[in-house]
Amino acid sequence: MQKAELGVAVVGDSATQLLSDAIRGEAYLRGLTVSVYDADYDSVAQQLIDERSEVYKSKPAYIIIYLSVEKLYNLFSETLCEDRPSFANNIAGRIETYWQKIGKFSSAEIIQYTYIEKNDGVFGSYALSVPESFLYQVKKLNLLLTDLAASYKNAHLLDLNGIATLIGYDNMFSPQLYDMASLTLATGVLPRVAKQTIDIILSARGVSICKCVVLDLDNTLWGGVIGDDGMGGIELGDLGSGKAYVRFQRWLKELTYRGVLLCVCSKNDERNAKQPFEEHPDMVLKLSDITVFVANWQDKASNISAIRETLNIGMNSIAFIDDNAFERELVKSKLKDVIVPDMPKDPSEYVSYLQSLNLFEAVSYSREDRVRAEMYRSEAERRKVSAKYDSIDDFLKDLDMISDYSPFAAFDYPRIVQLSQRSNQFNLRTIRYTEDEIAKIASDKSYVTLQFNLKDRFGDHGLISVVIMKSEGDALFVETWLMSCRVLKRGMEAFVLNTAVETAKRLGYKKVIGEYIPTAKNAMVADVYENHGFTAAGDNRYVADVQKFDKLNTFIKGHDNAKK
Amino acid sequence: MQRNEVFERLNKVFREVFDDESITLSENTTANDIEGWDSLTHINVIFAVQDEFDVKFSMKEIIAMKNVGKLVDIILGER
Repeated sequence: MQKAELGVAVVGDSATQLLSDAIRGEAYLRGLTVSVYDADYDSVAQQLIDERSEVYKSKPAYIIIYLSVEKLYNLFSETLCEDRPSFANNIAGRIETYWQKIGKFSSAEIIQYTYIEKNDGVFGSYALSVPESFLYQVKKLNLLLTDLAASYKNAHLLDLNGIATLIGYDNMFSPQLYDMASLTLATGVLPRVAKQTIDIILSARGVSICKCVVLDLDNTLWGGVIGDDGMGGIELGDLGSGKAYVRFQRWLKELTYRGVLLCVCSKNDERNAKQPFEEHPDMVLKLSDITVFVANWQDKASNISAIRETLNIGMNSIAFIDDNAFERELVKSKLKDVIVPDMPKDPSEYVSYLQSLNLFEAVSYSREDRVRAEMYRSEAERRKVSAKYDSIDDFLKDLDMISDYSPFAAFDYPRIVQLSQRSNQFNLRTIRYTEDEIAKIASDKSYVTLQFNLKDRFGDHGLISVVIMKSEGDALFVETWLMSCRVLKRGMEAFVLNTAVETAKRLGYKKVIGEYIPTAKNAMVADVYENHGFTAAGDNRYVADVQKFDKLNTFIKGHDNAKK
Repeated sequence: MQRNEVFERLNKVFREVFDDESITLSENTTANDIEGWDSLTHINVIFAVQDEFDVKFSMKEIIAMKNVGKLVDIILGER
């Protein structure tokens, strides 16, 4: 079967052909098959407001809107001075109209580039205090766009101004090119802009999201070798290049707040390796920031594989940071999917280099992200405790697991969307949803939805499983069933199926039909229906008769939130 | 830098931009002589030439580039 092409439309108020080429090329490099539709020069309003335009006819999955600061400046200069204080609001209103029309006429997600915040030099820095100035208005406009993006779930901003901050406006814009060909992005910057565009698309599609950073210790988190130099000898804080390492750790700490897991993989004695985390006054990272700590003398590729198994995440969501080129090459050669940045020699450049790679692109952020590291850590605790019990049943009983469940609640749509985009392993049919689609399904009478939370005496796992069932005559067809991998092996599968079957029975259906669609990653659920009382019906389909279904044994207490 | 050296390096740049190893430029080569040399690839040519020779063309110079010979004049004049 041919891989489906992903439609991408590029609309802009300057010549965008080269940008489209760059996006096409970057997509190819990243393994995406895209067809790029490049809209005619400067036809943004016509394309986006007319339902029958070529852009909508091309049925894009993503519409990229690039409005340049140079064209914005033309508009600004044509605006009467007394109208200039409301300039940003007017433009933001116009852009919001585009977004609304896109939402109405297509199912495309929007990638809107921010404006480069260019000072036109008319007021100097004082422009920042003058609402009539261009700089004031363009900064305000970007801020208005960020507010809009927070409320339009189908729209993502690409931080073009951020790129300008990083590499400089003079490197992004060639006045000759602009005068000659209406090109606003110099060819040198196109690969970077294209990369960040594809980063967002991949992130929105739930692939290649970096969830975990595996860190070396000696000469990566501090200077020197802890085993040789000892606590007083490693460079950290005021000693040697210690400030660079502190700055690096500070940035890593920020990643933990955002839900990225930090792990350690170091060739060291464990006691030596942990000592700075526990005792060194200049360590920003503490042991509690590290989800899995591996210090031994085995090769790093095996250790990273072990970390991956503990965390139940994909290889391509792991980045490995090591100052040692030999270790990097070894990991690269053995674990092809792991992201291995070629770190600069000078630790002072660690942070700016990693920032420039844009490894942590995201399209959502939820409460679960903030507490994820904590949840994984208590999971590690749990594993230790489980060693004390004779049988797994004893252990599960003792966990005091409680699952709150209900139909989809609007408050949780972002988390549901995120799970649908990120779950690859425990995902029976691997359908990705946008927030709009989830909202529609939740209010559609022909669908039955269920969301499950799980908590136990060690902590709250949050929302960890989602079921979407579609009414098909006297049966409910399970269109989607997915589960977060961190709650495996504790009977949650059985609990979800019990609840699904009971719900079907209560609503008067006779059957529940499940289906397994194999992907490269979801082999773990190939037999899940059959192992839980469903009968194979051919074609990877499984049926349960709601009257005859024997309730599966679990140690999870249910709590139906909808009945409150 | 000699004129023939500029031609040699230009040949290399053009072959790369147009992905055509058979390109050999002469004084009188114009956009009409090379397949695919349109206004858009012209931009790529200019950027590639600027990078190769570490020069920056002004608008006036770009407009004056009627043929490759003229381009060579400008490159030699810039340095």
